[in-house]
Amino acid sequence: MTDRKPLYLMTPALVWLTAFMVVPCLLVLALAFFRRGIYGGIEYTFTMENIALVFDPLYAGIFLKSAWIAGLSATIAVVIGYAAAYAIAAAPSRRQATLLFFAVLPFWSNYLVRTYAWIVMLNREGLIAGVAVWLGYDGDLPKMLYTETAVVIGLVYNYLPFVILACYAPLSRLNPEIAEASRDLGGGGWTTFRRVILPMTVPGIATGFVFVFVLSIGNFVTPALLGGGQFQMIGNLVYAQFLTANDWPFGAALSMFLIAIMMGLLTLQTFATERASGARRED
Amino acid sequence: MRGTANPKLMLMILSAVFAFLYIPISVLFALSFNEGGLPTVWTGFSVKWYGELFRNGDIMGAALNTLIVAIVSTILATILGTLLAVGVEIRRRKGRFLETIIFAPMIIPDIVLAIALLSFFSLLNFTMGLHTVIVSHVVFNLAFVCSVVRARLKTFDWAIVEASADLGAPMIVTLWRVVLPVMLPAVIAGALLAFTLSLDEFIIAFFTAGAGRDSITLPMQIFAMIRFGVTPEINALAAIVMTVSVIILALSQRLNRGGLPGQ
Repeated sequence: MTDRKPLYLMTPALVWLTAFMVVPCLLVLALAFFRRGIYGGIEYTFTMENIALVFDPLYAGIFLKSAWIAGLSATIAVVIGYAAAYAIAAAPSRRQATLLFFAVLPFWSNYLVRTYAWIVMLNREGLIAGVAVWLGYDGDLPKMLYTETAVVIGLVYNYLPFVILACYAPLSRLNPEIAEASRDLGGGGWTTFRRVILPMTVPGIATGFVFVFVLSIGNFVTPALLGGGQFQMIGNLVYAQFLTANDWPFGAALSMFLIAIMMGLLTLQTFATERASGARRED
Repeated sequence: MRGTANPKLMLMILSAVFAFLYIPISVLFALSFNEGGLPTVWTGFSVKWYGELFRNGDIMGAALNTLIVAIVSTILATILGTLLAVGVEIRRRKGRFLETIIFAPMIIPDIVLAIALLSFFSLLNFTMGLHTVIVSHVVFNLAFVCSVVRARLKTFDWAIVEASADLGAPMIVTLWRVVLPVMLPAVIAGALLAFTLSLDEFIIAFFTAGAGRDSITLPMQIFAMIRFGVTPEINALAAIVMTVSVIILALSQRLNRGGLPGQ
């Protein structure tokens, strides 16, 4: 078959993606270098002010806060997700598909609904408070909803299924004989896990971590709903620049920064994956 | 892996994780049948919140908008995405650039794509509404359809396409009568996936729907309801939305595992 025909098939989709993804994204990139008009709007003169403003201490603080929350959520999600994936991979093979299906199922329901479920849980009149009272606790409960902790719980909850999936893939491909060999050579359970299994499953861990981190750092829904607008994250800041402050150039600069963080992390993840497979080849 | 782990510990981990995943959802379901509608006090079984839901014009209007967006964007995305997948797989010599463009809609943060589209539409003076939401949804939907169909095409025997061409069938006939029937389960699975994604998508719709009330979708309505005063109706709404997504997705997974006809 010639090389020309497939081009006709691909053209409609490529035109669509160019018009409604590539061009709009380039537009945002360009916007970041324009000045904000006096009455909102955009003044078409080149400036680096917006980029400089991103590194202003005021906004740098918000970045650090977002990175902290995203990093914490990603770490917790990876620890829980890896443990769950390990337990699934250790189950009898005929049960693994079912376990995996039910672990990922919540991921396919509406994000807002899943977040709302945590409002119901963490509310002062919510389930957790109810259980505490039922268990005989009668002091003042600490505030749970509209806190940083609530945001982290929400993020971990929403992205956990993906981490389970990402970690399960390398774990299920491990050859059990490798662990046996490690045992035969005198490695205990923990040593085998730390020195054999863990290094071979780094790509899954990296994928899970990067995914949760990237989605969390740009998230504005969870901080808005579970954080109650108590603190800002980059996503909320971008949202505010576009929908309330009407400073599109600065909003554009912020989102370019988000993309830069994302690309940096994806590169790191690719590197981790390649290193892990390289190490395996040397064995 | 098997036999190397402590079964008791594994069971404990699984129970804890599944409890974490399912307790919040189950609470929501249970509450949707609570007469009083308040989280802590169970006042008796009732379906009255479901009744309220169907009498709420705002919610029903938003549900209709969501269906329109999901159906139209799914149809467009399925056609574009399937053609793209076939094109890419025929053209084995893949450019890195092409791969980047195809994967980008799946990895670009939602909020970035959302503001990009908002800037684009408003600088071009497009009037925003349901049509701009549909156009935007096609962007990420076609990427997902394309990846599902491509996965199926990886195991496709291209010799039958060559056979069809040797027997004198034009490209379009070969596609319609040879390629499409083989990959139909994947196309339908991709369409169902796109439909669910579109049904649940919030951020992009939120930015590209414009200011009018008539282009509010269900997730936008849910967001507004959560933010400005929680009414017990939302428990019923949440239960329905969740059930619908899960059923469609389960169907999609089943189709995609169904194996190729004739194999």
